[in-house]
Amino acid sequence: MTADPAQLSCPAPRVETERILLGHGSGGQLSAALVREVIVPALGESAPSGPLEDAAVFEVGGVDLVMSTDSFVVSPLFFPGGDIGKLAVHGTINDVAVMGGEPLALSLAFVIEEGFPLDDLRRVAASVGTAARAAGVSVVTGDSKVVGRGAADGLFVTTTGVGRRLATARFSAAAPVAGDVVLLSGPIGAHGVTVLSAREGLGFEGDVASDTRPLHRLVKVMVDAGGPAVHAVRDPTRGGLASALNEIAAAADVGVVVDEQAVPVPAPVAAACEMLGLDPFHVANEGCLVAFVAPAAADAVLAAMRSVPEGSAAVRIGEAVVDHPGRVTARTLVGAQRIVDMLIGEQLPRIC
Amino acid sequence: MKYLDEYRDPVLARRLLAELRATATRPWALMEVCGGQTHTLVRQGIDELLPAGMRMIHGPGCPVCVTPLELLDKALRIAERPDVIFTSFGDMLRVPGSRTDLLALKARGADVRVVYSPIDAVRLAQREPDRQVVFFAVGFETTAPANAMAVLRAADLGLTNFSILVSHVLVPPAITAILDAPDCEVQGFLAAGHVCAVMGWTEYEPIAARYRVPIVVTGFEPLDLLEGILLAVRQLEAGHATVENQYARAVRRSGNTEAQDAIRRVFRVTDRAWRGIGTIPTSGLGLADEYAEFDAERRFDVLDIRAAEHPDCIAGRILTGSAVPTDCAAYGAACTPRTPLGAPMVSTEGTCAAFFSAGRTR
Repeated sequence: MTADPAQLSCPAPRVETERILLGHGSGGQLSAALVREVIVPALGESAPSGPLEDAAVFEVGGVDLVMSTDSFVVSPLFFPGGDIGKLAVHGTINDVAVMGGEPLALSLAFVIEEGFPLDDLRRVAASVGTAARAAGVSVVTGDSKVVGRGAADGLFVTTTGVGRRLATARFSAAAPVAGDVVLLSGPIGAHGVTVLSAREGLGFEGDVASDTRPLHRLVKVMVDAGGPAVHAVRDPTRGGLASALNEIAAAADVGVVVDEQAVPVPAPVAAACEMLGLDPFHVANEGCLVAFVAPAAADAVLAAMRSVPEGSAAVRIGEAVVDHPGRVTARTLVGAQRIVDMLIGEQLPRIC
Repeated sequence: MKYLDEYRDPVLARRLLAELRATATRPWALMEVCGGQTHTLVRQGIDELLPAGMRMIHGPGCPVCVTPLELLDKALRIAERPDVIFTSFGDMLRVPGSRTDLLALKARGADVRVVYSPIDAVRLAQREPDRQVVFFAVGFETTAPANAMAVLRAADLGLTNFSILVSHVLVPPAITAILDAPDCEVQGFLAAGHVCAVMGWTEYEPIAARYRVPIVVTGFEPLDLLEGILLAVRQLEAGHATVENQYARAVRRSGNTEAQDAIRRVFRVTDRAWRGIGTIPTSGLGLADEYAEFDAERRFDVLDIRAAEHPDCIAGRILTGSAVPTDCAAYGAACTPRTPLGAPMVSTEGTCAAFFSAGRTR
């Protein structure tokens, strides 16, 4: 690269508008802008209508199906608590689950870099099989491609999931109303910190493990307990809890107030975030969900969540309010309020 | 978590606030020097709960913010060279130079990497003997010892492909410059706890005495800040002006003498330009002559690069405390964390970014 910076044509300072930055993959504001400004307009009439959800719901022959697709580029491929194969199964199952879908089938595609150790591929494939069986989901079709050395970082995995919507599930990011109770299924931040620590050799990986796990059984008990009173569910993956809450606040046009002290952050996660200057609200998760539930059903749904292992640490963290529609605020420990904004660009590159 | 939770206790925080309200009889103006302290104050909303009229003026203690534009342009010029691996702490990457930033340069093919320690950059230089590895050595007295150690390590290893682009700055000369300004409104300081953990606080004693200002060495947790503010206000109310140590669990009067030795071996005190403030005499560190071979500015011949600031940006007034972000016409409009015009909007420790992420509006 020999370009003279004096010859770059953009006036500056300015945000990069010509090239993709790693921050476009962070799940924060840049990612949202990419979808909103580049991808959706290009699709025209074939683009989905309504708020962009984690999965699409459509009717086929009187049955409501839920479908989602996701690519996994995590580095390193193996990390405490999981690996790219397990993540690829759980991530897509969870995107289907948080739209009320009972996952039925997965597709599986590998993009493999020339020279990739066959043993590692065997391990990843075995992990996919184990995770799918444990979740009760079949892998029904797949693909593999090999690219030249340097054209991919070892291994990329894409999975697509199809599920059947639970009869009384009517989740939408646009559905929450003021008064709804915000429930969180468990502690946040473990996945993002684990992967970052394992990738950079920061030394936290001995104390913390990814929380990756399937959430469809948790969603099922929530729907059984609350039915249509469960208004919206999200799994706060890339961009963390802050992104999930902001997306719902914007789509539903409600304000959200969370009690910062009520959000469980495991001690090693808090320590890592302190040291690295990260906000736990922005760190990725792969094994928890956040739900907006009508107040009358909130206690029953919370009790149901706590009745299954993946929701045993579920807590109430806040509520939807009439004030400041589209914005999320947190009550701080001294009793003041602060805005919880979405991550802008890159925080932890390539964590899922 | 030990050493954190006990400094975030909401009951104690409210008790300290009540004590502060009972103590303060006048609208005192204090400056917290360090960006980490600004972040805690704004994030927790502490500054909004202070007694009526009392205010915190946010100081120039964000290293990202005070790094001069021309040094960023030098970094960009070096980083775009095909033979260079440019390494930096993460939050320098988004700071705009005159025409672009390091992240955008990376997307265009430059080899720019985030490291978590300057020693990682030395290791990288060992692994990549055919490439030039440059580390962006910014920061206050807190980061200087580790950067000094990196240079000493590279010298021990005889590495000829490692260098640092230095923009170290020192706190006491900045405090003096602020106090010398004719419109200075600061009546007391919270000194940066981590800077003092390295340097101790003897340097601050003559400043407190000469300018008649209380200086309280203060930590970064909510209760640290509340206690530091309370100690400073008690001094002001009593007419005292001494250096006090709130951050006793981390700071002793003489500081960390081994770290100071490393700094003295590798660096020498020099005049330094502060972004938005201008050149302050003897306010920074440059490489000592003995280690000049590790100076990236010389190695890559970028000593003569000059730059001019964006005309709408009032970063200088923000950094000296004579304006707050919400006074700026560009704040929240042309200038946001996604499209920063000036450095205080870039780092989460920057005053403008701290205001913006806390939702402060004009």
